[in-house]
Amino acid sequence: MSATQHPKPADAATLTGAEVVLRALKEQGVEVIFGYPGGAVLPIYDALFQQNAIRHILVRHEQAAVHAAEGYARSTGRVGCVLVTSGPGATNAVTGLVDALMDSIPVVCLTGQVPTHLIGNDAFQEADTTGITRPATKHNYLVKRSEDLARVVHEAFYVAKSGRPGPVVIDLPKDILINKAPYTEAPTEAHRSYRPVTEPDAGAIRRAVALLKGAKRPVIYAGGGVINAGPEASRLLRDFAKLTGFPVTNTLMGLGAFPADDPQFLGMLGMHGTYEANLVMHGCDVMLNLGARFDDRVTGKLSHFAPHSKKIHADIDPSSINKNVKVDVPIVGDAGAVLAALLACWQADETPQDKPAITEWWRQIDAWRAKDCLRYRQEGKIIKPQHAVKRLYEITRETGRETFITTEVGQHQMWAAQYFGFQQPNRWMTSGGLGTMGYGLPAATGVQIAHPDALVIDIAGEASILMNIQEMGTLAQYRLPVKIFILNNEYMGMVRQWQELLHGGRYSESYSAALPDFVKLAESFHAVGMRVTDASDLDRAIREMIAIDKPVIADIAVDPKENCFPMIPSGAAHNEMILGPGQEGGVAGVTDEGKVLV
Amino acid sequence: MQRTATIAVLVENEAGILARVVGLFSGRGYNIDSLTVAPVDEERRLSRITVVTSGTEMVIEQIKAQLDRLVPVHKVSDLTREGPHLSRELALIKVVGAGDARIEALRLAEAFRARVVDATTESFVFEMTGNADKLDAFIALMRPLGLAEVCRTGAVAIVRGPRGLHA
Repeated sequence: MSATQHPKPADAATLTGAEVVLRALKEQGVEVIFGYPGGAVLPIYDALFQQNAIRHILVRHEQAAVHAAEGYARSTGRVGCVLVTSGPGATNAVTGLVDALMDSIPVVCLTGQVPTHLIGNDAFQEADTTGITRPATKHNYLVKRSEDLARVVHEAFYVAKSGRPGPVVIDLPKDILINKAPYTEAPTEAHRSYRPVTEPDAGAIRRAVALLKGAKRPVIYAGGGVINAGPEASRLLRDFAKLTGFPVTNTLMGLGAFPADDPQFLGMLGMHGTYEANLVMHGCDVMLNLGARFDDRVTGKLSHFAPHSKKIHADIDPSSINKNVKVDVPIVGDAGAVLAALLACWQADETPQDKPAITEWWRQIDAWRAKDCLRYRQEGKIIKPQHAVKRLYEITRETGRETFITTEVGQHQMWAAQYFGFQQPNRWMTSGGLGTMGYGLPAATGVQIAHPDALVIDIAGEASILMNIQEMGTLAQYRLPVKIFILNNEYMGMVRQWQELLHGGRYSESYSAALPDFVKLAESFHAVGMRVTDASDLDRAIREMIAIDKPVIADIAVDPKENCFPMIPSGAAHNEMILGPGQEGGVAGVTDEGKVLV
Repeated sequence: MQRTATIAVLVENEAGILARVVGLFSGRGYNIDSLTVAPVDEERRLSRITVVTSGTEMVIEQIKAQLDRLVPVHKVSDLTREGPHLSRELALIKVVGAGDARIEALRLAEAFRARVVDATTESFVFEMTGNADKLDAFIALMRPLGLAEVCRTGAVAIVRGPRGLHA
């Protein structure tokens, strides 16, 4: 029997470094680790082989290991865990790490390293992993002394999940894994230097409530910080919205923090947000930003962003406040704690609201809503991509099954955000900040591992899905019944859309030539493939896909010319949206200044 | 409006900390006018970094917030805002020449309280401590007198009075 199964209490220098790592992971509550073996991490794989507490999921590429851990983390609220080897193992993981950094997802990534005496010698599969990942992580460690090993693992988990969450790398030289190392338990005292503020300042809360009480045209703009604060924060958001009667919009990262079918929900805001959400942002007099970061996809042209508003910004990361947009009331704190404090302060404050003004504001909002900006026309045989997502949503909702959606990146991602309604947090995983094509399939793998009985669907594009298609092997090996719903328009659709609108219709390299036969591809990976080309066949195919207890690729041929609207062109303001065909919009021009923006 | 800020940062004395701070400045496009670092508390493993930077008020607030969220950073203090502070820099200045220029260099060095720390028949090395402006002025004067080499530490700074910067 191994020492990890029966750890000795006091003098634990009988354990190898690898065993210490696993014991610390176990103490941190790790049940699953996504990884790929290699020379430098063989000692950890050997220790994994001799225990049963931690399950290892073998991915087919290290980038996918990190995305899978992200999917696991985002759907459970726990820290995702990754194990990769040195050199290429670590460098392949970098895209996933930056993805987790941009979207504030807690991940601990263990990387192998050449033995300490070879570091710096250009040894086989050596890379300067801490150097490469320094700007790709929230923090990273290189363990050079066995006695630091257990402490560093515990600290890494604390750092990954505290404050604004993020990825943490622990670089582990092979000799440190083989040599005996002492075990120490997770510390109970506070960290020496990293102690983020989570409880909001009472004065700031009072100033916020004073502004909110006097608001005539308010809006709550809630982002991923509310999701990261845990499901209780989403409940408090709903309570606060009910109490105040304010309209609520969510960022791409925040979808699910407020129920999509609630009458106070305006839909997503930003570049592909709804007409009403963006005009409410533009016209508001008091804005309450909860856990969002005034991203450029949300603000559009900064000088014209919500020009007549007082802004309250609550964020757990002080560096997110006053970064892009100067605010009137900054609040540093956890979104849940901030909402609890706002609720208490609002109820204790006897100042009345300006109810007639709010009623008038809703009248205006309803007029904007009447525009029905997400309207599309499904006629004939050709499937509109919007219709495909809408039917996917409606049919999965009918089944009543717990449903999780991941996406790749591009038009299909925006359509998923627009047409799939999320009623709860932690059901929607998409690469928001980094915009990583190839995110959705491995993320779905991680979600399905965490929720074996749930319906997990990757809404994909035919171009994105090929970026991590090798993960079909992982689905097969672990019998993960993930559904891959490809909106196949034979284009890198968002690239094509921008070329159409900004580059004179010169479709440079954006055509998806030489596509595989996705049905045969699915079959070769022991999955089920289906192709749908006729709108009248769509519902049947979706129902069949959902019913199959195996991984499925549903290749849905959609209208290749369809664009994603509404759209705020780069460099334009919220009130300059382009709407879909047959709908009058704002100013449709793109300035040269806007053209340089991504 | 641009301003200059002298920022003191108390950090864990550990491998890679300087790279984290420098990488933060380069990665986010902030200016570094000067940067100094050395251990200041052996027992508690603390180092102190003094960084002189410039930018708009919003950028300087960002720099402080970004520094503060680095895991091994204990304390960040904007000395320019905290009240009156002392700033000192040390320079070694080599002047090569003969005749009147050499005599003039030595005379100016005395006026500026620069010390001669090395001399040959054709050169001096002056050691000089002061704030950056004083060093700039002296170096400018040496330029026509045979200035050959300049080496500066960058500023170190501390707040006046009894208040201190503690982890």
